[in-house]
Amino acid sequence: MIELNVQTIAFLICALFILGGGLGVVTTRNLIHATLYLILSLFGVAGFFVLLSAPFLAAVQVLVYIGAIAILIIFAVMLTRSMTQLRQVYNHQWTASAVVSGLLFALLVVGVILPVWGINGAQAVETVSEVVADTVDLGKALVDRNQYVLPFEVASLLLTAAMIGAIVIARDDE
Amino acid sequence: MNLNDFLSDPNLLPWLIPVGPLLAFFIITLATNRAKLLPATSEEYGGHHPDYDGMLVPVVTTRSRVLSITVGLVGIGIAWILSLVTVFNGLGVGAGKFGKTVFENSIAWMATGATSFNMGVLVDPLTVAMLVMVPLACAMIFIYSVGYMAHDPRQSRFFALIALFAGAMLTLVVADNLLLMFVGWEVMGLCSYMLIGFWFEKKSAYEAAIKAFITTRVADVIMLLGIAYLYAETGTLSFREILYNEEVLHHLATTPALLLGGLGLSASALIGIFLIIGTIGKSAQFPLHVWLPDAMEGPTPVSAMIHAAAMVSAGIYAIIRMYPLFEAGGHPHEGDLTSPLMLMALVGSFTAIFSATIAVAQNDVKRVLAYSTISQLGFMMAALGIGAYIAAAFHLITHAFFKALLFMASGAVIHGMEHGEHHAHEHGHTHGHDEHHAAHDARDETHHHEEHHTFDPQDMMNMGGLRKTMPVTFYTFLIGGLSLAGFPLLTAGFWSKDEILADAYLGLSKGFGPHALVFVLLALAAFLTAFYTMRQLGLTFMGEPRTPAAEHANLGRGIVSFTMTLPLIILAFLAIFAGFVGVPPEFPVFGAIFSPETNPFFEFVKYTLLPAMQPEKPPFNWLPVLTSFVVALGGLGLGYLVYWRKPLKAGQPDPLVAFLGPVHTVLKNKYYFDELYAAVFVKPLRWFSEVVVVGFLDRNIIDGFLHLIGRVATWIGELFKLLNTWLIDGVGDGIPELVAVFGAWFRRIQTGRVQQYLLLIAIAAILIALIFAATAGGVLVQAAP
Amino acid sequence: MVPLWAYLLVAAGLFCLGAYGVLSRRNAIAVLMGIELMLNAVNINLVAFWRYLSPLNMAGQAFTAFIFVIAAAEAAVGLAIIISVYRSRQSVIVEDVDIMKW
Repeated sequence: MIELNVQTIAFLICALFILGGGLGVVTTRNLIHATLYLILSLFGVAGFFVLLSAPFLAAVQVLVYIGAIAILIIFAVMLTRSMTQLRQVYNHQWTASAVVSGLLFALLVVGVILPVWGINGAQAVETVSEVVADTVDLGKALVDRNQYVLPFEVASLLLTAAMIGAIVIARDDE
Repeated sequence: MNLNDFLSDPNLLPWLIPVGPLLAFFIITLATNRAKLLPATSEEYGGHHPDYDGMLVPVVTTRSRVLSITVGLVGIGIAWILSLVTVFNGLGVGAGKFGKTVFENSIAWMATGATSFNMGVLVDPLTVAMLVMVPLACAMIFIYSVGYMAHDPRQSRFFALIALFAGAMLTLVVADNLLLMFVGWEVMGLCSYMLIGFWFEKKSAYEAAIKAFITTRVADVIMLLGIAYLYAETGTLSFREILYNEEVLHHLATTPALLLGGLGLSASALIGIFLIIGTIGKSAQFPLHVWLPDAMEGPTPVSAMIHAAAMVSAGIYAIIRMYPLFEAGGHPHEGDLTSPLMLMALVGSFTAIFSATIAVAQNDVKRVLAYSTISQLGFMMAALGIGAYIAAAFHLITHAFFKALLFMASGAVIHGMEHGEHHAHEHGHTHGHDEHHAAHDARDETHHHEEHHTFDPQDMMNMGGLRKTMPVTFYTFLIGGLSLAGFPLLTAGFWSKDEILADAYLGLSKGFGPHALVFVLLALAAFLTAFYTMRQLGLTFMGEPRTPAAEHANLGRGIVSFTMTLPLIILAFLAIFAGFVGVPPEFPVFGAIFSPETNPFFEFVKYTLLPAMQPEKPPFNWLPVLTSFVVALGGLGLGYLVYWRKPLKAGQPDPLVAFLGPVHTVLKNKYYFDELYAAVFVKPLRWFSEVVVVGFLDRNIIDGFLHLIGRVATWIGELFKLLNTWLIDGVGDGIPELVAVFGAWFRRIQTGRVQQYLLLIAIAAILIALIFAATAGGVLVQAAP
Repeated sequence: MVPLWAYLLVAAGLFCLGAYGVLSRRNAIAVLMGIELMLNAVNINLVAFWRYLSPLNMAGQAFTAFIFVIAAAEAAVGLAIIISVYRSRQSVIVEDVDIMKW
C-alpha cells in the first residue's frame, strides 16, 4: 500500500506544482503569467528528478530550462508585447483539442499505464532497487567511446547550428 | 498471218473489205477533223440560227476538209478495189461451183462451254452480187459529197460519218452470222440518226432523226427477239450452218413455236416473222414507213446512201439472206406459202401501191423519191414473198443504182436552185437569205422581209425549165427516172421489174391466190410509178422557169459541179447497162445478145440456196412482158400528157388537185398516218412519261423513298446526339466534375494552419490506438515471445 | 516509495496539458510553452523508468540530457522565428499564418 511518508508528500507537492503550473500555462491570458506558471511547473519537474535519484538532472533542469529557456521566452514575450492582453486565449478548435487531449489522457492511462505498470499490471514493479548509478557514471557514460560520446558530440554540433540559425533568423535586416 | 496472207487468200480477203472505211472513220474523227472557232454570225457558218447568236461555233478548217476528204475517199476506194478482187475471185470459181464452195473464214470469238461461238466472213454468190453494188454506190456518194457539202462548216464530220456508214454496211454484207450482221445493222441505225440530224440547228432535222431512230428501233427489238429464239433453237447463228443445212431447216420447220405454236406456227415461221418485222422497220414498209420521208431532212448524199445504197438495202438483203428459213416447210412454187412468206407478200404489195399513191401528190422533189423508194422496196419484199428469190435480189441491185442516181440528181437540182435563188436576190431584192445549204429554217420568222412566204428550193412548183440551164442533170435524171419507171428494153429497171412480174404471173397462171394478188398490185404500182416519175420530170425540167430562182439555177463550173456530175454520169451508165446481166435467154433479140445460153445473173445467184430450194427459171411468157410494157408506157404516156405537153406555168395549180379533189388532200397528207401515230402512240407515251414516270414514280416513290431514308438517318442522328449528351457527355464530363467538386470540397482541409494539422495528427493517433486496443494489440501480442 | 505508475500518471497528465496548449492557444509563444511542457513530460517518464527499471544503465539519464539539448535548441530557433514573423506581420497569432495552402 501507499505509505504516507516524506517521499510521498514531497511527490504530491511536486505533482501539484507540475500539474498546476501546466494548467496555468494553458489557460492564462497574460503571457507573462503563463511564463511564470511555466517556471513553476519546471521547478516541480526538477523536484521530481531529485526524488528519482537524479540530482544532476535536477540541477541541469533548473539551469537550462528555467535559467535559459524560460528567460528566453520572457524576452520573446517582451519583444512581442503589443499582442499580449486583449485577445482571446483559445483558437477556434479548442473544444476539439480539449476532447482530443482528454481522450489521449484517458487512453494513455487506461490503455497503457495501468494495465502494464499499474497495481495488478503486467510489468508492475514490486521492489525498487536501492543501488543507483550516480553522476560520475553519467559523466563516464557521456564520454565513453562505447556509450554516448557520439550523441554527445552531435548534440554540441546541433547547439552550434541552432545558435547560428537563431541569430540569422532573428537578426534585423539591414 | 500478215497482210500478204490476207491479200492472197480469197477466204481471208473479205475481212479487209470493211476495214478501209472504218479506219477512215477513226482517222478522221480522231485526227483530221480540226475546226477553228468563229462567231455564229459569220458567213462561213452559213445560215442564221438565232439560238447561237453571240456564241463561237466550230467551223472546219480548209486543211482539215482536204485531209478528211482524202482519207474518206481512200478508205472507200480501198474497199471498192478489194470488193472487185473478191468479185473476180468469186466469178473465177465459176457459176454452179460457187455456192457449193464459198469463201469463208471465222474465228472463235466466244467460248460457250464445249463449243465456241464464231464470228467470221462469208462470200457466196449473193454476197458477190452485193459487193458489186454497195462499194460502187458508196464511192459515188463519197465523190458527190465532196462537191455537195463543199461549203458546209462540218464537212469533215460528214465524211467521218458516211465512212462509218459504209463500213457498217460492208460489215453487214460480208458477215457470216446473224449477230455480226445485226451489229452492222445497228451501227447503220446510229449513223442514220447522226446523218439525218446532221444539220442539227434545224428543229425539223433533229426531230426527223429521232423519229427514224425510234421507229427502226422498235423493229430492231423484235428482230433481236427473233435472233435470240433462233439461237436458242439451233445453238448457232452462222448462215452456212442454218440456211445451207437441210436438217436444221427441217427441225425448225417442224418444231412448234414458243408463242402461238398452238395456231400451227412453226419455230421457223415465228423467227421469220420477227426478222421480217425488223426489215419492215429498216426498209420502211407499212406500217413503219413514217420515218423515211422525214429522213429527207438530211443532206442529199445521206438520202442517197440511206435510201439507195445502204440502209434500206440492208433490210432487203437481210430477208433475202434468210429466205431459206422463211421457205422452210412450205413450197411457194407450188402455191403453198408459209406464214412469213405470206406476210412478206401482203405487206410488200400493199406498201408498194400505198406509197405509190402518196408519191403522186407530193410536191417536194426528194419526198417523191422517198415514197418511190418505199414503193420499190415493197416490190422486192412482195417478190420474195412469192418465192421469186433471184428477182428480188436483181431488183435490189438495179434499184440501188438508179435510186442513188435519182437522189443525187435531185440534190444537184436543189443545189442549182439555191444558187439561182442567191443570184436572183443579188440582182433583185435586198434579202438577207443565206442559202449555201438548206440549213436555214424555212419557217424562220426573223427573215420576214418583203416576201410573204419563204422560199423552198426543194418545191417542184418553184422549178421548171431546168433542162436548159442544167443539161447534164436533166439527162441523167431522165435516165434514172426512166429506169425507175421500167422503160422497156433499154433500162435496168425494166428487166428486174419484168422478172418479178414474170414470177408472179407464173403463180397466177397456176391459180395461186397470193401470186395473183401480188401480180395485180405490183402492176398497178408500176403504173403509178411511171406516172409520178413523168410528173416529177415534167414539173422540174420541162416548160419555162416558174420563179426567178429557177431562171438562174445552175451548178456553176469548177470542182463542185464536176464532183457532183461525175457520179451522175457513172450511175446513169449503170442504170442502163446493169440490167443486161439478167435478160431471160428466150427474150427476142436481147436474149440472144446477152444471155445466149442461160440468164447469167440467175444462174450465178441461185446457187446460194440449197439445191432443193433453188427456184426454176420461169418459162418465157408473153403476158408479163406485155403487162410490163403496158404499165410502163401507159404511165409514162399519161404523165407526158398531163405535165409535158402543156407544162405548168407560174402560179398555175397542179391539175391533179382538180382531178382528184378531196382525195388529193388525203394523199398529200400521207393518209394522215403521222397524225394517227402521234395521237395513238406519241401523245399517250409522253403523258405516261410525264405523269406516271416522272410525276408519280420518280417524284413520289423514288424521291419519297430517298426522303424517307434521309429522315430516318436524321432521326438516328438525333438519337445519337441525345445519347451523346446524356451518356458520353454525362459520364465523360460528369466524372471530372465530380472529382473537381470533391477536390474543391476536400482541399478546404488544407487551411495552412499548423495547429489544425497537429490536431488531425492527434486524432489520427488516437484512432490508431483505439483500433490497436480493439484488436487486442494485433501483431504485437503474437510477436512477443 | 511512490509507485512507478504515479510518476507515469503525472507525466501523462502533463503531456496532455501540453498537447492541449499546443493545439488550442492562439499565441505562438504560448504554443511553444506547451511544447516545453510536453518535452518535460517525456523527461519525467524517462527518468522514472530509469530509476525503477534499470537504475544502473545510464541510458535513461543520458537520453534525458540530450532532450534538454534539443529542447534548448528548438526553443531558441522557434523564438527566433516568432520574432522574425512578428517583425513582418506585427502579429504572433498562429491562426493567421496560413498562406501555405491552396
